Amino acid sequence: MKKTHITSLALIFIALLFILPLLWLLFASFDLEASMAFQVPKQFTFNHYIKTVTNPLNVSSFLNSCFMSLSQSCLVVIISLLAAYPLSRFNLKRKTTILYGILFLTGLPITAIMVPVYLTFFNLQIENKLWSTTLFLVATSLPYSIWMMKNFLDGVPFALEEAASIDGANFSQRLRKVILPGILPGTSVVFIYAFSASWGNFFVPFILLSSIEKLPASVTIFQFFNSYGQVIYGELAAFSVLYTLPVLVLYILSQRFMANGFAFGGAIK
Amino acid sequence: MIKTKKQKITALLFFLPAFLLLAVFYIAPAAVSIFYSFTNKALAGLNADNWTWIGIQNYSDLLRDERFWKSFINTIIFLFGSAIIGQQVLGFTIAYLMRNKSRKFRRVIGSCVLLCWVTPEVVVSFVFFAYLNSNGSLNEILGFLGLGPVPWLFNFAMISIIGANIWRGTAFSMMMFQSGLDNVPNEILEAASIDGANKTQKLFRIIIPSMKGSIVTNTVLITLSTLGLFGLIYALTGGGPGMDTTTIPIYMYNKAFKSYQIGYGTAIATILLIFGISLSIFYVRASKHDL
Repeated sequence: MKKTHITSLALIFIALLFILPLLWLLFASFDLEASMAFQVPKQFTFNHYIKTVTNPLNVSSFLNSCFMSLSQSCLVVIISLLAAYPLSRFNLKRKTTILYGILFLTGLPITAIMVPVYLTFFNLQIENKLWSTTLFLVATSLPYSIWMMKNFLDGVPFALEEAASIDGANFSQRLRKVILPGILPGTSVVFIYAFSASWGNFFVPFILLSSIEKLPASVTIFQFFNSYGQVIYGELAAFSVLYTLPVLVLYILSQRFMANGFAFGGAIK
Repeated sequence: MIKTKKQKITALLFFLPAFLLLAVFYIAPAAVSIFYSFTNKALAGLNADNWTWIGIQNYSDLLRDERFWKSFINTIIFLFGSAIIGQQVLGFTIAYLMRNKSRKFRRVIGSCVLLCWVTPEVVVSFVFFAYLNSNGSLNEILGFLGLGPVPWLFNFAMISIIGANIWRGTAFSMMMFQSGLDNVPNEILEAASIDGANKTQKLFRIIIPSMKGSIVTNTVLITLSTLGLFGLIYALTGGGPGMDTTTIPIYMYNKAFKSYQIGYGTAIATILLIFGISLSIFYVRASKHDL
C-alpha cells in the first residue's frame, strides 16, 4: 500500500516537471507584467492576445501556415491513399521491395538533404515560393503516410469491396461507398500527422522561404523571439499559445480516431 | 492474366504522384548532395558558377577540421545524453511506474508528458529560454532551496539543450514502452513471483529482456529524429556559446548558408546522410518480420 503511494508521488513530481514550463507560458500570456519566472498573473489581461492578432505580420504568418499545412495535408492524404491502395490490395511482384524502400525513406533525416534541396530550388528558380515549399513538405511526409495508410487499408476487409464490385459498382463508387467510410479514421490520422508535421516545421521554411510576407508562424515566432524575446515575453507567450493551439486540438481529436495502441502505425508491431 | 496486367497499370498510375514527388524532392537532392560534395561549389561569388571537381578534398579537409570534430563530438554527447539515455530511461521509468495505476491517473500523468511532445519546437525553445534564464523559473526554484542563480544557457549550454530535448521527446519513448510493457507475458511474471523473485530481479531478468524488440526499435527511431534536430537547438542557443552546442546539422547550416561553402556543406550533409542511411537499413532489417 505504502509503496504505491511513493510511486504515485514520484509520477506526480515528474508530471509537474513536465507541465511547469508550459504553465509558465500560459500564465505569462495573460499576465500584464509577465516575466521569465513562473508566477500567477497579478493583473490579468487580454492585451497580449489583442496585440498579437492585430499585428498584420502575425496574421499573415498564420495564414501562410494555414495555407501550407492545409494544402500539404490534403495532398498527402490523396497521394498516399493512391499509393497505398495497390500496395494493400493488389498482388504485385515487387511489393516487399517497395515497402522496404518506403520504410527506408521514413528514416532518412530531412536535415541532411536541405542544402541540396535549396540548391535544386535555386537552380529551378522556385525558391521563396509557398507552393514549392508546400510540395517539398508533401514529399517529406509521404513515406510515413503511405506506410500508415497501407496498414489502415489492410484493416479494411477486401471482401466488402469485392462484393460491391460483383454488384456492379465501379471504382469511384467503391471508393466513395465502401473504401472511404472504412478508412475514414485512418485518413484522419494521416491528415493530422501531416498537418502537425508541417505546422510545426521550422527548418524547411527557414531555408526555403526568405520574403517576410511569405514566412509561416514557426519562422515568424523565431524572428520575433530573436529580436524582442528578451523584452516582451507576454506577447511572445500569447503568440506561442495561439500557434500551439491548432496542433493541440488536432492531437486530442486524433486520440479519438485511434484505437488503443495505434499511435505508431505500422512502425512497431 | 488480363486482370493482373490491368492491376499493374493501375498500380503504376497510382504510384506515379508519390513516386514523382519523392524522386524530385527526396532522392534527387540526396544524389545531388553526394555529387556536390566532390566539388568546390559556393553559394555566391566566383565559385557559385565556376565550380570544379576537387575529388575527396572536402572530405580530407573535413577530417582535419577541428570544428567539425567538435560538432561531431557534440552530436554524440547530445544523442546519448538526450535521446538514447535521457528520453529512454525517463520514458521507461514513467511507463514502468504507471503499470498498475488506475486508468484516470495514467491518463492525467501521460497527458502532461504528451503535451510537451505536441508543442512545436520553436515554442519549446522559447519556453526553455525563459525557464533556464538567470531570472527564470528554474533559478527561482533553486533560490528557494538557497542555491544561487545558475546561468544555465551560458555555463551549461549542452546540459540545457539536452534537458530541453528530454522534456520534448520523452513522450515518444514512454508510449513505445507502454505498449512494450503490455506485451510482457503475465504468466511468466507470476511464475517468477511464486519462485520468490523480487521486483528488481523481475525487472532486469524478465521485463527488460522481453522488451528487447521495443528497445531496439525505439533506440533507432529516436536516434534518427535526434540526429537531424535543428530548430530546437538553433533557436535556443544558436549553437553557442562559442561552439559548445554546435551539432553537425548546425555546423552544416553555418558552413553552407553562412559561409556560403556549399561544397563543404554538402560534404557534411553527406556524412549525416550516410549515418542516417546505415541506421535506416538497420531499422528495415530489424523490422523485417513485420512485413
